[in-house]
Amino acid sequence: MNGKLGWFARLRAGLSRTSSRISEGVGAIFTRRKLDDETLQELEELLISADLGPATAARLTANLAKTRFGKEVSPEEVRTALAEDVAEILEPVARPLDVNRGMRPHVILVVGVNGSGKTTTIGKLAKQFRDDGKSVMLAAGDTFRAAAIEQLQIWGDRVGAPVIAKAAGADAAGLAYDALAAARNQGIDVLLIDTAGRLHNKQNLMDELAKVVRVIGKQDPTAPHDTLLVLDATVGQNAHQQVETFKAMVNVTGLVMTKLDGTAKGGVVVGLADRFGLPVHAVGVGESADDLRPFDPRDFARSLMGLAQ
Amino acid sequence: MFEGLGSKLGDIFDKLRKRGALSEADVNAAMREVRIALLEADVALPVVKEFIDKVRARAVGQEVIRSVTPGQQVIKIVHDNLVEMLGSEASAINTVAVPPVPILMVGLQGSGKTTTTAKIGRMLQREQKKKVLMASLDVQRPAAQEQLRVLGEQAGVPTLPIVPGQQPVEIALRAMTAGRLNGYDVVLLDTAGRLSIDDALMAEVAAVRDAVHPVETLLVADAMTGQDAVATARNFKERIGLTGIVLTRVDGDARGGAALSMRAVTGCPIKLIGVGEKLDAIEPFHPERIAGRILGMGDVVSLVEKAKEVIDEAEAEKMARKITKGEFDLNDLLQQLRQLSKMGGLGGLMGLLPGIGKIKKQMAEAKIDDRIIKRQEAIILSMTPEERAKPAMIHASRKRRIALGSGTTVQDVNKLLKQHAEMAKMMKRVGKLGPKGLMRGGLGNLLGGLGGPGGPGGLPPGFPRG
Repeated sequence: MNGKLGWFARLRAGLSRTSSRISEGVGAIFTRRKLDDETLQELEELLISADLGPATAARLTANLAKTRFGKEVSPEEVRTALAEDVAEILEPVARPLDVNRGMRPHVILVVGVNGSGKTTTIGKLAKQFRDDGKSVMLAAGDTFRAAAIEQLQIWGDRVGAPVIAKAAGADAAGLAYDALAAARNQGIDVLLIDTAGRLHNKQNLMDELAKVVRVIGKQDPTAPHDTLLVLDATVGQNAHQQVETFKAMVNVTGLVMTKLDGTAKGGVVVGLADRFGLPVHAVGVGESADDLRPFDPRDFARSLMGLAQ
Repeated sequence: MFEGLGSKLGDIFDKLRKRGALSEADVNAAMREVRIALLEADVALPVVKEFIDKVRARAVGQEVIRSVTPGQQVIKIVHDNLVEMLGSEASAINTVAVPPVPILMVGLQGSGKTTTTAKIGRMLQREQKKKVLMASLDVQRPAAQEQLRVLGEQAGVPTLPIVPGQQPVEIALRAMTAGRLNGYDVVLLDTAGRLSIDDALMAEVAAVRDAVHPVETLLVADAMTGQDAVATARNFKERIGLTGIVLTRVDGDARGGAALSMRAVTGCPIKLIGVGEKLDAIEPFHPERIAGRILGMGDVVSLVEKAKEVIDEAEAEKMARKITKGEFDLNDLLQQLRQLSKMGGLGGLMGLLPGIGKIKKQMAEAKIDDRIIKRQEAIILSMTPEERAKPAMIHASRKRRIALGSGTTVQDVNKLLKQHAEMAKMMKRVGKLGPKGLMRGGLGNLLGGLGGPGGPGGLPPGFPRG
């Protein structure tokens, strides 16, 4: 239906819904008003309301106060300044996924809480790697959720990538081991390993995930070469705990944020960048294979603030 | 990274040092912290504002119960209002209609609809002896229908046979027909995940609604949802009409502010919560639990109420005066031990606090239980009044006598004396904070002193400290 629209138009359309709420709010606060404490407090809350998180909101507001306190400021100025500050925080983390680092196969492990969009993200990544002329193999490591294996198999068929799978309930670590062996044998370029969704506060499930990493390392000590944590844009401040725990347990190397085409803004990514500095490799802005896009901090920041590009 | 609201408010009121009724300035200062706490818990901003206005109006002028700090008083007001706003009435799934009763499940992608559908199907079948049929209308996500079929097998709940190529409305009608022909009581219709702003998909689910007229339309939402909860819940309510909310992944560690946001925006009750991956992991919603969680504390209010009951105010005042002078002898320790027993002992106290599991385990490992309190009481009771007032005079032969008298060992007596010495030192510091610090500092340090390996850090952050 909206397949003709560019991804950015869609990202912006999605973002503009709530960002228009922000911008209206900012407009309302600043129309003919000096930048005072009360205004700053309201501004801070507005940033919080976009899921930026209290700490980052405080930092951004303090920054604004330093340069503009007591001055008459227009809503436009404030938004631009905020967008610049947000972009500045995001700039260092906007790094695309690089699978041309001479590994064969380049092993990518995909982790996250339930329902964040891991399998779909793998399908989209596989499509992109295939379009780049790479051979791709998928490992159906979510042996827990009903029909997760079938879901990945359908993606494999769509993009022309072999899928290594075992019966539901099989040991995920053993499956990952077998998949890596198969990928090495067949000279595959990129191996994408799916995992079951798990809440980060479930110690036994996290231990199981750590085991997957250990077992992969037995064949190739440098693998997995990338460990992606998939975050749903609707997530609130709990994303901090997710990143913290997954990073500690399986050394997450990068983030992918999904479902940015909805009403959720994923503003928490700003706080995450501030605190963890993990690269944001891609954002998902739709359900089709082409809707996984590089993360552009400037556009993201300006869209978040409801500004024209 | 989250600090419990309790300690934050404690800090504010320690500075204010006010007694009597809550002034507007007190309440305003407290409300700033409440606001941040709610925002940190992902309660949506408009809902936070509405809530704060309501609470502020109720809190101003409230009399502060003596022996409870103004901070705790405010927490109680906040907590009570939170519970009220979350909905105090239990609300079960409505299956009272001409069978087959259609129940429609809607929500964003990845919110947990399919798993929740199977959980509800199993629950209705097992607990209410309903004959349940489940059908997946998800023709979007690969293998979604297969997922429900497998879950149905696991749960022992029949699913509608999959006919490839059928569209959602057709599947829904086929499910209702099958439900009628085969005498099912309930037909659960699981839909595809959809964005609330996706017009085509929202129209599709509205068409399903018009075709089957569901008795319940449940919005399945993730407890980890941030500020978007408001937009999503409002859109679903307006476009589809909702009768209830199911909150999933409550077994995670998210503070769950989305519950309050969605309840406030839709006015729909939160009917059930998902608390695990297993198919029996679904429970009725308890507002108190979520309220405590949003505030970042356990059931502090019950604790406040208990403290109110058992602490003799005059005694507390007397002790406060002594402590401000830096005096804390074994008689005072005895009194504190007895207060602790009256509040239900360590176990009872711990049950009221957040993060109980870990502490209970620590206590078990350190073999700390209420018998220790009893034993310590016995040791003090075996001392002469002079000894209790001047612990420094207790030397070797006196220790032997006390141990014998209390049925303990000299090591136990030593331990108690050492603990008292440490507490007295702490008390001096607490004393500087004024009388209000007494109860909190006293109990906190007492527990810390007993904490063994848990040490003084054995108390969860939500517990107010002096």
